[in-house]
Amino acid sequence: MVTINGSKLDIAGRTLLWYLSGANYGLEQIAVERNGKIIPKSQYAEAILADGDVVEIVRFVGGG
Amino acid sequence: MKSSALWEVDDLRPIPSKQEMLLALADRHGKTLQEKFSKGTVAVCGLGGLGSNIAVSLARAGVGSLILTDFDRVDLSNLHRQQYKASQIGMYKTTALVQNLLEISPYLSMTAHTLRITEENFYPLLSDADVICEAFDDATEKAAFVNYVSEAMPEKYLIAASGMSGLGPSNLIQTRKLTEHFFLCGDGAKDAADDIGLVSSRVMICAAHQAHMALCLLAGIHDV
Repeated sequence: MVTINGSKLDIAGRTLLWYLSGANYGLEQIAVERNGKIIPKSQYAEAILADGDVVEIVRFVGGG
Repeated sequence: MKSSALWEVDDLRPIPSKQEMLLALADRHGKTLQEKFSKGTVAVCGLGGLGSNIAVSLARAGVGSLILTDFDRVDLSNLHRQQYKASQIGMYKTTALVQNLLEISPYLSMTAHTLRITEENFYPLLSDADVICEAFDDATEKAAFVNYVSEAMPEKYLIAASGMSGLGPSNLIQTRKLTEHFFLCGDGAKDAADDIGLVSSRVMICAAHQAHMALCLLAGIHDV
């Protein structure tokens, strides 16, 4: 199981980009942390989600 | 533009000496803690509602050096939440904020850059910072900044903000620690464009979260 923003999902083996595309995230407005590290944008397509991964996707909103 | 760390007054009230100001800060914070603040360099990227308030907090706390970046000028519509004065409308925010911060803290060391920070130019601008505060307005720029700074400077502490608009509960604004080096402040939800917009008090709460985390990190406190 992969935990994404607190939800356990049966998607081990899939890539991060596969998940983000399916969940309709705008790639321009997010940062992704996995197991305590920010995943560089250039690695989304090859980052394979592994069993036990804990992922947090931050979707930024405007204002400052 | 480099500040001279000296503020010439044209009236009769003398400003305190550098030594007097340091002693007053040490009296408030304790000598050991104040020395940690005084040795610190914090970059504030974006000098709007978040950045101008972050910078004021850090200047008051006696952080040794600030790196300030913004491309924009002070507009009348900024005065409801940003630390500028009506007399400064039309000035570059960098120039106006340096002026205001030197009135608060005459010996503060500052380096101000009047430009739009990008993936192409950020590295040399931020390389001296111990802590970097993201204080932009636009969601895409916020996300891009967090991504390129985290990737190129993984050893720097980065404090970003997302979600602080409207009149929602102040208690929804939080500081979260996402990695050992990346902290995120805000409610994470309220986009300024979907709401009544930005209100001074709630923006200041979020800015205070960012400034507070920066001070904690300089003090060696890494947990939220």
